[in-house]
Amino acid sequence: MSNVAPAESVPLIPRDRSVHPVAYDVNYKTSVTRSPKFPLLAMESTATEEFGPVFSQNDMGPLDNNLILNWTQGKEPAVGERILVHGRIQDENCRPVPNTLVEIWQANAGGRYRHIKDTYLAPLDPNFGGCGRTVTDENGRYQFLTIRPGAYPWPNRGNDWRPMHIHFSVFGSGFGHRLITQMYFEGDPLIYRCPIVATVKERGHIDRLVAPLDFGHSKPLDYLAYRFDIILRGNRQTMFENKPEGM
Amino acid sequence: MVQKLQTLQETPSQTAGPFVHIGMVPTYAGLSGIYDLEIGAATFVDGAIGEIVEISGTIADGSGALLRDAMFESWQADANGLFPGQDGADPKFSGWARVCADPESGKWTLRTIKPGRSVNRDGRQQAPHIAIWIVARGVNVGLQSRIYFEDEDNDSDPVLSRIEHKHRIDTLIAKKTGDGTYSFDIRLQGDDETVFFDM
Repeated sequence: MSNVAPAESVPLIPRDRSVHPVAYDVNYKTSVTRSPKFPLLAMESTATEEFGPVFSQNDMGPLDNNLILNWTQGKEPAVGERILVHGRIQDENCRPVPNTLVEIWQANAGGRYRHIKDTYLAPLDPNFGGCGRTVTDENGRYQFLTIRPGAYPWPNRGNDWRPMHIHFSVFGSGFGHRLITQMYFEGDPLIYRCPIVATVKERGHIDRLVAPLDFGHSKPLDYLAYRFDIILRGNRQTMFENKPEGM
Repeated sequence: MVQKLQTLQETPSQTAGPFVHIGMVPTYAGLSGIYDLEIGAATFVDGAIGEIVEISGTIADGSGALLRDAMFESWQADANGLFPGQDGADPKFSGWARVCADPESGKWTLRTIKPGRSVNRDGRQQAPHIAIWIVARGVNVGLQSRIYFEDEDNDSDPVLSRIEHKHRIDTLIAKKTGDGTYSFDIRLQGDDETVFFDM
């Protein structure tokens, strides 16, 4: 880890909770006992939330963003529909977020995760691990080569299925920017049946989690492309900030 | 009509799900070796300045059941109250770690350097604390909280002093259990619910 965080802290724009899922949703059963009952305590960010860990491309291995090859160290490709997932990370002020860590994880083409706790009957792919990571470039861009994950059933209501999805974890410049989300795929009919998707209450905000097919970035005879842009919280900085009282 | 603002809205959060470990702590999930360097294993390397402390506890849901799938990230200042990246911060201290509950017992342990008092933009000092960010299946937006220390002066901390229900401050204070050891149990829901922030 290299320590090149900004030396000065800047207040974060308060989080707009209306874009986010509700904490308690009876249709997503696990949330019922895991959601706080008391209101969150809202206050302005402090130095703690305004600074954060910093990572470097030097911490990444050459295959870390290639999920088709990283599990076998390049020996055998994973099974499934080959896709490029790429996009840009910006903040609420439309500024690119460069040099930030993006981590993804997903099920294999059959909808099975490589995890000690996943017992779904679809088989593991011996050539697929299921995680990748990269650091955004100076324009906030990232890309992963992977396979399209399968949909899978999960124990919730009588017959719930997760749509095809990729989990994303993003850092930003301060610990208060931290975000985990999921990317869905254009055209998947399971998106609007999923109770986890439906914890986001406005259709317009759900649609911001659905990546369109980006045919122009597909590679003939190799892979299709999907584009997934992510917005992180921004910082509030005006000419009136950062001046202690009376100065 | 008015002029169009050049601002964007944050991407909605979604739960980290039960398999968060694959992406964040692959060795824990059974994917050891996929990365040459797994990040978040420790907040410091040998030679870091300050007292090494060990904080341990559990994370319970509203029914009292312990979460065995939860993960949290911790972030803090160094022993002198400086965050990595600030001038003079300890180069042997990264300040950040990932902590998982034991899949059998549900107990977690964070071994780190005891933080110093950091200073906010307005010059006010913060009592020594460790910020935590909890994600798990059933948690739709990561939960922000803090670990303070029983054996520190917390009275003038600007965050703790904003908590209206004074009896709830205790949910943020790690109890000293021995020389350099503390306990800190997190409760996601209920009368003894941990204070969670929107900061």
